[in-house]
Amino acid sequence: MMKLGASPDIAEEITQETFVSVWRKAQQFDQRKSSAVTWIFTIARNQRIDRLRKERRPALDPNDPLLVPNKTPTPFEELEQSSIVKNVTASIEQLPDDQRDVVRLSFIEGLSHQEISARLKTPLGTIKSRLRLSFEKLRLSLGDFQ
Amino acid sequence: MTILHHPGDELVLGYAAGSLAESWSIAIAAHLTYCPICRHKVEAAEHVGGSLLGGLEEEALAPSALDLVLSQIKGVEQEKPEQWQASIEESSPSKQESILPSALQSYIGNDIDSLPWQRLGNDVSQYLIKTNDHEAKARILRIKAGRPVPSHGHRGRELTLVLSGSFEDEFSKFRAGDLEDVAEETVHKPIAAAGDDCICLAVTDAPLRFKELIPRILQPVLNI
Repeated sequence: MMKLGASPDIAEEITQETFVSVWRKAQQFDQRKSSAVTWIFTIARNQRIDRLRKERRPALDPNDPLLVPNKTPTPFEELEQSSIVKNVTASIEQLPDDQRDVVRLSFIEGLSHQEISARLKTPLGTIKSRLRLSFEKLRLSLGDFQ
Repeated sequence: MTILHHPGDELVLGYAAGSLAESWSIAIAAHLTYCPICRHKVEAAEHVGGSLLGGLEEEALAPSALDLVLSQIKGVEQEKPEQWQASIEESSPSKQESILPSALQSYIGNDIDSLPWQRLGNDVSQYLIKTNDHEAKARILRIKAGRPVPSHGHRGRELTLVLSGSFEDEFSKFRAGDLEDVAEETVHKPIAAAGDDCICLAVTDAPLRFKELIPRILQPVLNI
């Protein structure tokens, strides 16, 4: 889990803090609205931002009075949460290697697009277009065309 | 409200992955308040993160085991009150009156008029938002109704999110919730629409390049 671009000690700490957070926030978790792995990913991601970059994570407040609600139910609301993750997982496996690599470096290792470009010695524009292409395919796997 | 100008997928993905620096992330989080389409994209991207995480776990722990652990934790914690709910309710009455999405309120409070505005000439004021971000700077801009921001170019990227009022530049018209993404080397002269002042969030990763002399002289002093 903690290939999150940290040294082993810090990764260990982030792991522990993530699980403590998961424990503390368990009541906020709603199985109908999200899958467990996705929810844990967001908690680990926020811990990484907090610990490694010492930055805050600006977040949406779903109770914000300014929030403009969805007009129609999103495709996700009609899909079983567990099948969403299954579909995305299958579709990640089908991505070409170069696209899957940038997605993994971005989401799991937490590298910025510039850092990925430096790591792979590939122009930034190419990294961005690989990300965009892979995201289009992944969204298609969710029946998501807009 | 129909949002016409959205962040590109690459910004949405960076935000969801957690790799986008703090100041840009403020603009994305604030835009999400107005935009169900981009909220939905962030959700899809977070499922990508979740799926990859689930894949990493698979050797040691099956995805179903995570659900199991989670439901056990839920059972144990059931008797504890939900403190986060209470805190949201406490703060919501003041939020009703603010034009600021909560992602911004957490940085600058909810009263835009009480901010220590710094004047940039006659028509524009700014308030620099304090972040821990070393890559980019976020500021609130207030442009007088019907008045322009001096024409400027960019040494880097500029994201502008309209919070109240609207502005127009050579490219399009931007209303509350719209996000303009201006690249390096683009020159534009935003003009606030007549009627109300235009209040926006502007994020930049390099100083602007003003055409006219006075803003150029003031620029280093004003940190814009």
